[in-house]
Amino acid sequence: MGEKSYMAKNDIILEMRGICKTFPGVRALASVDFKLRAGEVHALMGENGAGKSTLIKVLTGVEKPDDGEIFLNGRPIVVKSPLHAQELGISTVYQEVNLCPNLSVAENFIIGREPIRFGKINWKEINKRAEQALSRLDLNIDVTQPLGNYSVAIQQMVAIARALDLSAKVLILDEPTSSLDKNEAEKLFTVMRRLKSEGLGIIFVTHFLDQVYAVSDRITVLRNGELVGEYEVASLPKVQLVAKMIGKDLDVLSSFKKGRRAAPDIDQDSTFISIKGLGHAGTINPFDLEIKKGEVLGLAGLLGSGRTETARVIFGIDKADSGEIWIQGKKMSLSSPRDAIKNGIALCPEDRKKEGIIGDLTVRENIILALQAKKGIAKYLSRKEQERIADRYIELLNIKTAGTEQLVKNLSGGNQQKVILARWLVTEPDLLILDEPTRGIDIGTKTEIQKLIIELAEKGLAVMFISSEMDESLRCCTRMAVFRDRVKIGELSGDELTDSTIMKTIAGEA
Amino acid sequence: MSELKDKLKRLMKMRLFWPIVTLLAVLIFDTIFIKGFLAIEIKNGNLYGRLIDIINRASSLMILAVGMTLVIATGGIDISVGSTVAISGAIVVQLLGAGETANTPFYVCIILALLVSVILGAWNGFLVAKIGVQPVVATLILMVAGRGIAQLITNGQIPTTQHKPFSYIAGFLPGLPLPFSIFIVVAVLIIIGLIVKKTAFGLFVESVGVNATASRFTGIAVQRVIFLTYAISGLCAGIAGLMISSMIKAADSNNAGYLIEMDAILAVAIGGNSTSGGRFSIAASVIGASIIQCLTTTLYALGVSPEVLPVVKALVVVAICLMQSEAFHHMISGIFSRKRRLQHEKVAVEI
Repeated sequence: MGEKSYMAKNDIILEMRGICKTFPGVRALASVDFKLRAGEVHALMGENGAGKSTLIKVLTGVEKPDDGEIFLNGRPIVVKSPLHAQELGISTVYQEVNLCPNLSVAENFIIGREPIRFGKINWKEINKRAEQALSRLDLNIDVTQPLGNYSVAIQQMVAIARALDLSAKVLILDEPTSSLDKNEAEKLFTVMRRLKSEGLGIIFVTHFLDQVYAVSDRITVLRNGELVGEYEVASLPKVQLVAKMIGKDLDVLSSFKKGRRAAPDIDQDSTFISIKGLGHAGTINPFDLEIKKGEVLGLAGLLGSGRTETARVIFGIDKADSGEIWIQGKKMSLSSPRDAIKNGIALCPEDRKKEGIIGDLTVRENIILALQAKKGIAKYLSRKEQERIADRYIELLNIKTAGTEQLVKNLSGGNQQKVILARWLVTEPDLLILDEPTRGIDIGTKTEIQKLIIELAEKGLAVMFISSEMDESLRCCTRMAVFRDRVKIGELSGDELTDSTIMKTIAGEA
Repeated sequence: MSELKDKLKRLMKMRLFWPIVTLLAVLIFDTIFIKGFLAIEIKNGNLYGRLIDIINRASSLMILAVGMTLVIATGGIDISVGSTVAISGAIVVQLLGAGETANTPFYVCIILALLVSVILGAWNGFLVAKIGVQPVVATLILMVAGRGIAQLITNGQIPTTQHKPFSYIAGFLPGLPLPFSIFIVVAVLIIIGLIVKKTAFGLFVESVGVNATASRFTGIAVQRVIFLTYAISGLCAGIAGLMISSMIKAADSNNAGYLIEMDAILAVAIGGNSTSGGRFSIAASVIGASIIQCLTTTLYALGVSPEVLPVVKALVVVAICLMQSEAFHHMISGIFSRKRRLQHEKVAVEI
C-alpha cells in the first residue's frame, strides 16, 4: 500500500523535451530536456545566462519555444500564455511578489475569480476560503487586512496559497527566498516539504546553494543554454555542483597548474583603500577589505553571492548603513557615485546597456563624460580637446568605430565596453572596479581587456575585478575575496589561487 | 545625377530639414492664398505687416519652447508654464498700478516677476528631481494652483496699467523698427545657446535624458541637472508672461497663457525633438513655434472662426506630424513604388 503511493509520487507529471529558443543573436536554449516528478522539489540551477529563466518563461507561456515539446501528465500541451499555464495547472510565484499591496489579503487571494451570486460578490465566502487556504500553509492571519501590512515572507505565502488554489499540479518558485531572512526561508521550506508530500511537483529556482541542499530532491543544471545534466541531490556534492555550473571538471582542474602572474612587490604603505565593516542591509553583510596599489583583487562567488553588491556599496550606489571607508589613510564617506569618483574610484558596471553606455551620445561624448562630470558644468572641455582625448583612447584601446562622432549604441558589445573603460581611464583613477568587464564579448577583445588590466595594475592602479569566469580571474588576479550568500567568507592568495580551492571555498568545503 | 540624389538624401537626414520644409510650405501657402502676406510697410519708423505680426506673436511661444525643450530633453515635461505666465503678468501689472506713473519702480516689478517665476520653476524641479514625483503630476500641481495664485495677486480682478515702458515690451521701443519682443527672443536664444554650447550643461542634459542611471554612475549630478531645467523653464515662462500681459496692458489671470503649455510642447515636437528625451535642438523648437504661430495666423486670415480653430489646427498638426514621420515616409514610398518596397525587403533580409 505504502509502496504503491510512493510509486505514484514518482510519476513524471511534467516533461519538456528538446526545447530550443533563439533570441536575435543569442541562443538561449539548445535542445534542453527537463523532467519533473510528482512529490519532488526540483532545483533548476545555472549561472547568469544559463537559460533558467528562459526555460521557465517557455513553461509559463511567456515565450514561445522555437522547437520542442511539453507534456503534462503524459499529454502534449502547448502553453499559449501565462493565464493558459495557470488553467493547465502550472502556477508561478515570482521573486518580486506581484500582488496588490493595498488590497486585502483575501482580495489578493481571490482576485480575478471572485464567486459571484446574483451579480454580487460573496465576501464572506471569499474570506472563508482565503483563511482555509492559508491555514493549510500554517498561516493564521487576518485576511481582511491590506496585504501591504504584512511582511514580504507572508506576502509570498499568500502568493503561494493563491497559486495552489488555482489547482496547481506544478508550482514554480522563482527566487522565492531572495528577499527573505533565514527564519522566513526556513518556514517556506517547511511549507514546500508539506506540499511535495501532498504530491505537488515544485520547481525551485535559486542562487543559494545551501538552500538547494536543504530542500531539493533533484537538481537540473543548465549552462550557456545547454543541459548539463539531472542529478540526485544526495549523490552530487556541492563542489561538483559548482563545477558543473561554472563548467569545469574538478579532477582536470586539480592537476592543472596555473601560469598566474606573480604578485608584484607591494610595499606595505601602498594600501589605497581600506574598508572596515562596510555593509548594506539586504544586499551585503558587513565586510572588511583592503586593496593595495598595483594589485588586482578578484571577487569570487556565484551570482547573487554579493560580488556586485560589494562593488555597489563601495562606489556609493547603495548607501552603506554600517562601516567605514579609509582612502589613503583618510576616513571618507562615499554616499554617491560622485563622491566615489572624486576620491579616485571608477566603476565599469555589470549591466553595460542600462548602467554603462549612454547609447544616443557619440563615442567622443561617452569617453569624456566622466572627466567632464568630475570637472563640473562650467569648465567645459573644448571640442578640440574632446576630440584629442577621444582619438587617443580609440587608438590606445583599439576601439573599432567609424569615428569619434559615431553613436555608441551602434558599436559592438566589446567596443562599447572599451568606450566605458576609456571613459574611466581618462579620469586617471586610483581604483578601478570592473564588474564582469568581458561578459558577452568575443575572445579577441576579451584577451585585450585582460592584458590591459594587468598592464594598468603594473603601473600602480588598484583594480577590483569581478568575473564569473574562473580562468579569467586566475589570469588577472593576485588575490581573491570569496563571497557566499551575501557574506564575505574568506580571502585566497598565492598558492591557494587554484580553481579547485576557490570552488571548494565557494561551496563551503574548504 | 546620383550625386545630386546623395546630396538630397543627406540633406533630408539633417535634423532641421523637415521642420524647415514645413515652415516654408506654410509660408508659401500663405503667400499664394492670403493677399498682401509678404507686404511690409513703414509707419512712424516702425515696420508693419503680417510677417512682423507673426514673429511678434510667436515670440512668447518661442521663449516658452526654449525652456520646454530643455525639460523634455531630460525626459520630463512642464505643463505649468501657462500658469506661470499668468502669475508673472499678475505680479507686474498689480505692482505697477493702473496709472501712467508706476507705483513700484518698473525694474523692480520686472525683477520680482521673474524671480517668482524662477522660484515656481525651482519648485517643480524640487518635486521632480529631489522628491521623485512624476513630471506630469508635479507640474500639474502648479498648473492647477497657479491660476488661483494669480487671482489672489490681482484680487480676482483684471487689473490694467497705462505705464508706458511696460507696453514697449510687446510693442515698439521708440526708434527701433522691429517689435521689442523680437530682441528679447534673440537675447534669450543667445544666452541659453551660450549656456548649452559653451558649458557642459547641454551635454549633461542630453546624457540624463538618454540614460539617467548611467549618467549617475558616471558622476553627473543628475538631480541638479533636472532641477536646473525646470528652473530655466520657469524663468522662460516668466519672460513670456511679461510679453503676453504687455500686449494687452493687463493681467488676465484666467486667460493669459491659457493652454499655451500645449502649444509649447507641440512646438518642441513639431520641431523634430524627441519627446522621450535625449538629443535636442533649440533651433528646431524655435522653428516649431514659428510653424504653430504661422498656422494660427493663417487660419484667422482665412476666416476660420475662433470656435472651430482648434479643430482645424489639430487636423493640420496631424498632417505635419505625418509629414515628418519616418514610418509614414516608408508607407508612402511603399504605396507609390513596389520596386522600392522589394528593395526594402531585400535589405531587411540581408540584415
